[in-house]
Amino acid sequence: MPRLIDSRYTPLIAVALIALLLPLIFPSPYYYRIGALVFIFALAVIGLNLLMGFAGQVSLGHAGFLGIGAYAVAVGPTHLGLPSWFCIFAGAGASALVAYAVGQPILRLKGHYLAVATLGFGIVISIVLTNEAGWTGGPDGMSVQRLVLFGWPMHGSKIWYWIGAGTLLVGVALALNLIDSPSGRALQAIHDSEVAAQVLGVRVARKKLSVFVISAVYASVAGSYLALLNGHVTPDLAGFMRSIELVAMVVLGGMGSVFGSLVGAAVLVVLPQALTSFHDYEHMMLGLIVMGFMILLRRGIVPALGAALTGRAL
Amino acid sequence: MAEFLQFLFSGLTVGAVYALVALGFTLIYNASGIINFAQGEFVMLGGMTTVFLALVGVPLPLAAVVAVLAAVAVGLLLHRFAIEPARGADTVSLIMITIGASIFLRGAAQVVFDKRFHSLPHLFGTDPLRIGGAAILPQSLVVLAGATVIVVLLWIFIDRTLFGKAVIATAANRLAARLVGINTGHMIGFSFAISAAIGALAGILVTPITLTSYDVGTLLALKGFAAAMLGGMGYALGAVVGGLLLGLLEAFSAGYLSSKYKDVVAFLVILAVFFVMPQGLLGRAKVERV
Repeated sequence: MPRLIDSRYTPLIAVALIALLLPLIFPSPYYYRIGALVFIFALAVIGLNLLMGFAGQVSLGHAGFLGIGAYAVAVGPTHLGLPSWFCIFAGAGASALVAYAVGQPILRLKGHYLAVATLGFGIVISIVLTNEAGWTGGPDGMSVQRLVLFGWPMHGSKIWYWIGAGTLLVGVALALNLIDSPSGRALQAIHDSEVAAQVLGVRVARKKLSVFVISAVYASVAGSYLALLNGHVTPDLAGFMRSIELVAMVVLGGMGSVFGSLVGAAVLVVLPQALTSFHDYEHMMLGLIVMGFMILLRRGIVPALGAALTGRAL
Repeated sequence: MAEFLQFLFSGLTVGAVYALVALGFTLIYNASGIINFAQGEFVMLGGMTTVFLALVGVPLPLAAVVAVLAAVAVGLLLHRFAIEPARGADTVSLIMITIGASIFLRGAAQVVFDKRFHSLPHLFGTDPLRIGGAAILPQSLVVLAGATVIVVLLWIFIDRTLFGKAVIATAANRLAARLVGINTGHMIGFSFAISAAIGALAGILVTPITLTSYDVGTLLALKGFAAAMLGGMGYALGAVVGGLLLGLLEAFSAGYLSSKYKDVVAFLVILAVFFVMPQGLLGRAKVERV
């Protein structure tokens, strides 16, 4: 057993088991939708976690890439007549290009200056999406055509639950591979100290840029899925609060923990649903819970629980 | 020329509020190294509390004083129950705690107050003054004068009193400050109180012009943070310069370029500044120790 637990593929197996077993306890089809949302957000969060938890670079504008991916599958089929599946890839490509172009100058900044720069980037994206109403429908957003694969329309929460789960597994596998590769170790070195990494021969600027591009692609695909699942997009998806939500999911689940990304996404997707019964007190509860988690489990849920289980000090 | 003056004054008015929010960020950052994203909620609390006290018949000056005290109390509670217990957590966790606090305060305001927009009466009426062809609200001058007084008082306090010197010492080196007998925990709590007071005052001053509601804090926190960074994080003068500059940038790009894209222009300029001066306008480069 210990070998299985220590195996680097444990998160992959855990995610697969969770995705397979969860439907057994779903009391109603509505839960498939929540499950799909959790998986899709987890995908974006894993990408952001690679950037934050492993490379140590913060991004307060990552929802901008969610927005690019979402509007790619909204605008492409409606205005350009492109097939939706192609637009998922086109959106990911566009996000990668944008991340590459923006990342070159931005990633030279450090700490809070990087935070403001990425925040500005996210705001620029959401303002463009809000104002170019001819293409995007403005603040009210626009409807999204359904994804059709091999003649079958991909419609309904159940299908998106499985698409989300499948893509998340691919995302987790790629992330685990990256973390365990020489590149992953180089990123870890950058996280610990950029100067030291540079002295050791790590090409810091290039590594940071490549992980930024990778995280942008993760977020873009998640954005496309969200748009296709909901059948509607609004600029809120690219807004500042979304970016904050993504960062909160990373930190809550545990920076540098791939499985933590899923837990963080699950907590922040499920909580607001559970709290709607509190009506007006919803936001107060949400704020209190976020504060409570961060004060009590400051390293994030998964690392803190892991440390407790293996008997190490918190 | 009249147009230019008009934009100048509206930019300075908004900029003064950004400057006060940025100053709040700077004070707390200096004392504790924390970026307090709940800073905008203090502005909201100041405005909203004054509005609702005035609605139940409390005279305006008294309502304003109570509102500032309420914000200070919230600032102290925030420090005592959210920041203090998390001592030693890393920067991102602390930022998340302040964001959680800001969500909580917004939620609380929604319950205690309401979700509508509110205003306060202008201090000297709404007849605009004519200066060089531009129409300027007397309240704009009140905001500018108020901000100036706050900045000067703060400067005198920090620069001329023993307590202020203790704050500076805490900012410079927390361990060394503790070694010479300064209670650094108190200093951090104190910085939260002062920041809350400054934020609340800004909220009260500007509410007659910009209106207030339970959710004005988010955008202000964002702009104030950007302003503080533009000036150079940790420099009080930088916060003031950054805030005014950001306000002017927005006003001029809204006036001369496009009101829809004023925030885009502002952020592009901030990015351009960072590329030339990665530590902000007044910041100095720090060497990373390995």
